[in-house]
Amino acid sequence: MSENIFEAKNLQKWFPVRRSITDLLKRRQSYVKAVDGVTFSIRRGEIFGLVGESGCGKTTTGKMLMKLLEPTGGQMLLDGQDVTHITAERLKTYRREVQMVFQDPYASMNPRFRIRDVLEEPLLIHKVGEDHQERLKMVARALTEVRLQPPEEYMERFPHMLSGGQRQRAATARSLILNPKFIVADEPVSMIDLSTRAEILHMMKQVQRELQLTYLYITHDLSTARYFTDTIAVMYLGRIVEMGDPDDVIDHPRHPYTMALIAAVCEPVSGKVNRIKDVPIKGEVPSAQNIPRGCRFHPRCLYAKEECWTQIEPELEIVEGRHWVACRRYKEI
Amino acid sequence: MVAESARENKRVLEVKNLKLHYLTSQGAVKAVDDISFCLNRGETLGIVGESGCGKTTTAVALMMMPSPPGKIVGGQILIEGKDIVPMTETQIRKQIRWEKISMVFQGAMNCLTPVYTIGKQMMETLREHREMAKEEAIARIEKYLAYVGLSRDVLKRYPHELSGGMKQRIVIAMALFLEPKIILCDEPTTALDVVVQAQIINLLKDLKQQLDLSFIFITHDLATEAEVSDRLMVMYGGKIAEIGTNEQIYGKQGPMHPYTQRLLKATPLLHEKVEELAFIPGRPPDLLNPPKGCKFHDRCNVVMDRCKEEEPDLREVEPDHFVSCWRCRES
Repeated sequence: MSENIFEAKNLQKWFPVRRSITDLLKRRQSYVKAVDGVTFSIRRGEIFGLVGESGCGKTTTGKMLMKLLEPTGGQMLLDGQDVTHITAERLKTYRREVQMVFQDPYASMNPRFRIRDVLEEPLLIHKVGEDHQERLKMVARALTEVRLQPPEEYMERFPHMLSGGQRQRAATARSLILNPKFIVADEPVSMIDLSTRAEILHMMKQVQRELQLTYLYITHDLSTARYFTDTIAVMYLGRIVEMGDPDDVIDHPRHPYTMALIAAVCEPVSGKVNRIKDVPIKGEVPSAQNIPRGCRFHPRCLYAKEECWTQIEPELEIVEGRHWVACRRYKEI
Repeated sequence: MVAESARENKRVLEVKNLKLHYLTSQGAVKAVDDISFCLNRGETLGIVGESGCGKTTTAVALMMMPSPPGKIVGGQILIEGKDIVPMTETQIRKQIRWEKISMVFQGAMNCLTPVYTIGKQMMETLREHREMAKEEAIARIEKYLAYVGLSRDVLKRYPHELSGGMKQRIVIAMALFLEPKIILCDEPTTALDVVVQAQIINLLKDLKQQLDLSFIFITHDLATEAEVSDRLMVMYGGKIAEIGTNEQIYGKQGPMHPYTQRLLKATPLLHEKVEELAFIPGRPPDLLNPPKGCKFHDRCNVVMDRCKEEEPDLREVEPDHFVSCWRCRES
């Protein structure tokens, strides 16, 4: 077994844009480069956080890992095995190994199914369990793992009879039921009330430790990412700009974009009212259809110099230990 | 009482014993149940709470537009000393809504019609309320666009051509251009990215100064409130749990109500590494059949016998600091 459960090498997803008549005549095709060359590896048993603003490509990356989208380029390895393009047959076993928890627990469950049916469905699809009784036992075990106790009581309920937090627990139980190695969680708590958000993250972390799972945690929220993850990767416009241990990245950010993100976060401490906050960034995110030349962050960067737009795009390089940054001038700023 | 009357002069809005109930076939859901508070001139009052605590319902009541089966069943809303609750819909529309008090809705970016240009939408709204020549209206629209930091180029654009932050700025401009003095903002930054969120918050602070506005800022996020609100009102189960100044809630001493205390502990700090985040087990009360006594008692960690029997009222425990909790009154 390799140390890395998952590796992405220069992974790309380009969506073709519908062409106008002039484009057709000129034989021109433009693309929205949602993910434009990301490289990372996820160690076995860790929680890997993918952080970024909307449209940065974090969800697209997650969907490629789930095999819901086919990559345009690059390579994906699961347990050292190439899974970039796989057959329908392999896909079925892949889906047992990799599972997903979605953002909206209100939309991700069939409202006409009882929780027992919601959880039994993956077992039926993958022909797991001898008979109905055995499957029900597995359902009960999964519900116990996510602390929906007593499981018998929750099994008979419909999704609308559960609170947001309980639904997200049930959704997590559904993702656990096939004993996956790897779980993709796309903003699993962003729709859950603040008072229960921590409870869900806590439960997910406990389950991860007990069952030795690996998570990819996709979020826009740096504060929960710091608490929840073992590695953070910050994405901007389809690329990873900074990656490392959460403490290093948040307390000592090296990329100007990460610095701006951190400066923008609100914190519940006194003495901040009536003060205008200084966020060191210019303008707005450009379209992923027209990615700036050179470093893709340069038009918004306060530190950009000529080299940033004339030379080729900087790759991730090691700052120290397990801390990477993709910035030509990080030593000077 | 002398201090009380001096304070009253500054009040732009006063709410007394307001009740908004949803009258369903199964009984009345007491979404807002007997709450009283005020808004001073030039301040931002934050309202926080979990979903279903009544914060949006409060805003809807202040705009006098409860959606059926919701109904204001009691209380007063005084704007410049005048109670607006007994007014007819026509009076409200002519004199109050958008004129004296306006609202920026949750997910406001989606309030814009996709089929009209921004210019047309703004013009239509303005001329519906004011008889104005076209040139005059354009001048006013441009003035407010400048306030929110947009150029006149956006007038020719359609909503889909603009970013979320720009759309939010347009909706804010539209809430402002009839010159109301009270602005309700319901989760105005929740759907936006952090960088844009910070920019919108900066904009609101700037407008407050320039135009002498008073804000009510509603969100579920205590971290955002810390940077926006001069005073904070915490709601739980349709009631006010605590009202305090920014310093009282976020300062060294910290909040007094156990609910606020634990909500604050559940808010992760970016620059502090914690092993375990705190949370509040249980779920908010069912407002159709609210529990007896204090509504928070079944989730409270310092509950006493009295809490289960009698409901505490909101009392001033120190200047400007109001708490409804039996435990706080003891010590």
